[in-house]
Amino acid sequence: MPAGATYEPLASTTLTGTQSTIDFTSISGSYTDLVISIYCQNAAATTGTRTGLLKLNSDSGTNYSYTSLSGNGTAASSARASSQSGGIYYAELPRNGNGPNVFGFARISFFNYAGSTNKTILSENSADLNGSGNVVRIVGLWRSTSAITSISLIGGSEGFASGTRATLYGIKAA
Amino acid sequence: MIGALVAGITGSGGAVASSYESIATATGTGSSGTITFSSIPSTFKHLQIRGIFNDGGYNLNLRLNSDSGSNYASHKLYGNGSTVTATGAASGTEIDTGAYGGSTTNTMSTIIIDILDYASTTKNKTTRHFAGNDQNGSGLVWVTSGLWTSTSAISTIQILNIYGNYNTQTTFALYGIKEAA
Repeated sequence: MPAGATYEPLASTTLTGTQSTIDFTSISGSYTDLVISIYCQNAAATTGTRTGLLKLNSDSGTNYSYTSLSGNGTAASSARASSQSGGIYYAELPRNGNGPNVFGFARISFFNYAGSTNKTILSENSADLNGSGNVVRIVGLWRSTSAITSISLIGGSEGFASGTRATLYGIKAA
Repeated sequence: MIGALVAGITGSGGAVASSYESIATATGTGSSGTITFSSIPSTFKHLQIRGIFNDGGYNLNLRLNSDSGSNYASHKLYGNGSTVTATGAASGTEIDTGAYGGSTTNTMSTIIIDILDYASTTKNKTTRHFAGNDQNGSGLVWVTSGLWTSTSAISTIQILNIYGNYNTQTTFALYGIKEAA
């Protein structure tokens, strides 16, 4: 039998100026999975996209890796990075120079985030720049059995642009 | 770095009513390659399964309402870190999600399965799967779909592994999504 409603919004922010990171901290272990939805833009005045990375529990060790599947309108590709210290790749962020109203989207799932296994995430990202763009799917690994208590989304070298909006949700299984 | 800090998340308070409900959770036993959700109520519009699984590195398939006939088709798009592959198959006895389980201790594969309009009695059923496995130097990302050529409402979902057993860290959670009344 259904156990009741879940997928609860836990925290949300909309930036009113440029910010280097969006940090969700003091995350309780009360849920089964976490999901972040982010409508995002990098603050660079140039065109194209910047790579967005995320860090967990402020870990700066070489404990991150990821595998991606991407399409750019003409070709599909797959890439991998191992033993990274900069974080897990979660999105291509449209730069502000594409137009102030051009944003991308990512939905990032953190599975069993309070459990005792290494942590695997899945990210779905879209960034369409009206003539160029990317659709990206990513699996990321944080080689740590610690519960995730903080998530830091990094907005590329120029940071997130004003208007970027991120919401953290908790999903609790029966 | 200057961050937009969103702190003090407690998991209680501030929650709002949701159309996304937990129905059931199943865990691996270490001695079986079958996870079953049965007696699924038809009171939702769509279903979603979210799972982490480790089975020694074998394929995860779906069977609906215990139908073992050749009534399933699958399409797969996946990348292994260097190349991208697209494949398909028809008239199978299960939906092949393409995803395979983790094979390293403590490193799990993950999957999100969406089953739309599962209670319809007039439409064949289409499923969508997004899965990944990264083992720090190897791994894949899968975006796949499945078809069950039956108009029956789905009341049972079996998550099958023909060759391996789901370990005890394996967990699949079934959720229901409602629509406006």
